Amino acid sequence: MSSSVKNFLVNFGPQHPAAHGVLRLVLELDGEIVRRCDPHLGLLHRGSEKLMEYKTFLQALPYFDRFDYVSMMAQEQAYSLAVERLFFDSIYATYGELPKLPTRAEHIRVLFSEITRILNHIMATTTHAMDLGALTPFLWAFDEREKLMEFYERVSGARMHAAYIRPGGVAFDLPMGLLNDIHDFIISFSSRLDEIAELLNESRILLDRVKGVGVASQELALSYGFSGVMLRGSGIAWDLRKTAPYDGYDKWKFNVPVGTQGDCYDRFLVRIQEMRESLHIMDQVVNTMALGSYKFDFHQLVNPSRASFKFFMENLIHHFKIYSQGLTFPESAIYASVEAPKGEFGVFVHGQENASKPYRCRARAPGFFHLAALDVLARGHFLADVVALIGTLDLVFGEVDR
Amino acid sequence: MILLSLIQALIVLVPALLGVAFLTLLDRKVMASIQLRRGPNFVGLGYFQPLADGLKLLIKEVLIPVKSNKLLFLLAPLISLFLSLSAWAVVPFGSQVFAHLNLGVIFLLAISSLAVYGIILSGWASNSRYAFLGSIRSAAQMISYEIVLGLLMLLVCLQAQSLNFLDLVQHQRGVWFILPTLPFFLMYLIAVIAETNRAPFDLPEAEAELVSGYNVEYSSAPFAFFFIAEYSSLLLWSNITVNLFLGGWLAPFEWSFFPSPLAYFLKLFFMLFLFSWIRAAFPRYRWDQLMFLTWRILLPLTLGGSLFFFLFFWSVHGVF
Repeated sequence: MSSSVKNFLVNFGPQHPAAHGVLRLVLELDGEIVRRCDPHLGLLHRGSEKLMEYKTFLQALPYFDRFDYVSMMAQEQAYSLAVERLFFDSIYATYGELPKLPTRAEHIRVLFSEITRILNHIMATTTHAMDLGALTPFLWAFDEREKLMEFYERVSGARMHAAYIRPGGVAFDLPMGLLNDIHDFIISFSSRLDEIAELLNESRILLDRVKGVGVASQELALSYGFSGVMLRGSGIAWDLRKTAPYDGYDKWKFNVPVGTQGDCYDRFLVRIQEMRESLHIMDQVVNTMALGSYKFDFHQLVNPSRASFKFFMENLIHHFKIYSQGLTFPESAIYASVEAPKGEFGVFVHGQENASKPYRCRARAPGFFHLAALDVLARGHFLADVVALIGTLDLVFGEVDR
Repeated sequence: MILLSLIQALIVLVPALLGVAFLTLLDRKVMASIQLRRGPNFVGLGYFQPLADGLKLLIKEVLIPVKSNKLLFLLAPLISLFLSLSAWAVVPFGSQVFAHLNLGVIFLLAISSLAVYGIILSGWASNSRYAFLGSIRSAAQMISYEIVLGLLMLLVCLQAQSLNFLDLVQHQRGVWFILPTLPFFLMYLIAVIAETNRAPFDLPEAEAELVSGYNVEYSSAPFAFFFIAEYSSLLLWSNITVNLFLGGWLAPFEWSFFPSPLAYFLKLFFMLFLFSWIRAAFPRYRWDQLMFLTWRILLPLTLGGSLFFFLFFWSVHGVF
């Protein structure tokens, strides 16, 4: 008499403390080894891209905050870049010169983009550690995150979904005293990172849990469309801030950490080091913040200031047209991407002639492509390693499901 | 006579249970301090939190899964609770002990071996995948670390040449056993943390992995029993550690002015603080690494160390 052994099918999530959101992961287990891993997505699908087709360009901006809801301004920056390039190209076609954002706008964008990077990496590393059992760094680091969200709130009015980085610059100017407080934060955060690193980086237990787990070779990383930390952890030195600089990133001096083994530990260390590099960039920006205008002066893209349209009729007309009809997109399409903390977040915007709403607005979320590799990375590992892997992929289902 | 024994048992058990209740509070407060927060401070300034937790658990509905083995399902927490409370019989307080057994250490080891039954039964009777996996792991972990624990306790008994807890403490008059056998104390500490399923060895009940392991299907009073059993064994092993290694109720350097209850409580609180501190500071071991740790690292070290210790003792003191 012969019998066959069937593998155990376990449903990991969608309600699970370590599933990082709504992830239904159907695991085929052989004892405790994962034989197959089948992620079921779409539990957080909100139809954002469809909804954006019925909104003007300014109304569509807050959708981007809500994609990766732990690193808000990075997405806004991607969208703003895409819309700006659409318009600047059309201005170039009409007037023959390619406009540029004012320097202060670029500096503010870089500053908040790096604040966003720190926000995201704090979340990624400490929740990863918490899933592995280290309960303390999560609480220490989230206190720092509160301080960063206070900066968000001071500058835009909202702690999380700021809708601050808009096409044409930023929404409001920096309030007084903010740069001083950011400077104080920069000085103290490095010590906080040291405290967290002291608990985690050399911890024997953590090393046993993440070293050698989820090794992604360079071929695997490239074939699955990895970007950001996932690529750099595997040894491919690719950072959009260096290879395709935007918003004046080529002016700032910073290093890009690159891993060697491609395992979870390398990606963890890369994220910690990237936080330090972000602090370095923030330091440079805060010390050399340019004066001047914080948004582009073209009133068919950016609404004029409240003071000016009380005196100038053209500005009043522009204000009215922008807020009632929205401005019209050219017929062309463009793809713009930024080095979001999770990877390459790209936006594809396709305008329609004589309509103020985009024809198609697609977001290329890095988490979607990273999650696709979970099956390959998890095979042959234990169930406990799947938890480590989900943490290292840095998944946020707002952007995976959109 | 029976009434007297009953009263003596209550004198031991009631403070133990109260201690268990407030141990949960101590655990939460200590972890909170390390994590830069306050811990429970609302319910009666935090001190009534265990009362509130206990009351909440007791007034909930007792859910019994339809496909479970109802008898075993309800028996398992009872077994766990009964065993963890009965082990208090041999714990010495001062020079008093409820059951003055010459084989006190063996009794303790026997009780903790039996406690594995409660774990296995609960996972099996729950008829749920997660509970089953969690209970198997927890049982294997406890059995493995009991071997190491037993050997290390035997080492201590070698020094005192007795298995009686009172004798063990008396023999520490000159020097506490932690000093001559410090490496063994460290191994013992690891083994105790693993035996009581505390972090970093709490994979069987870790939220992020298996969502509470072998007691995932339990609610209300049965869950409360498991909870009490776990913290009671933690308190028990802290007491045993104080008696085995830290000199029990003996004052440091035998200062006569140092009241012995104070000495005992200070050492006990240090051990309890240490357990909470370790829980807050370290990540969790994966289960196979846990097993590797005991069978490939701790057990050989313990055996080798015991052999060395025995030979050393023999050469210094002559034949036993």
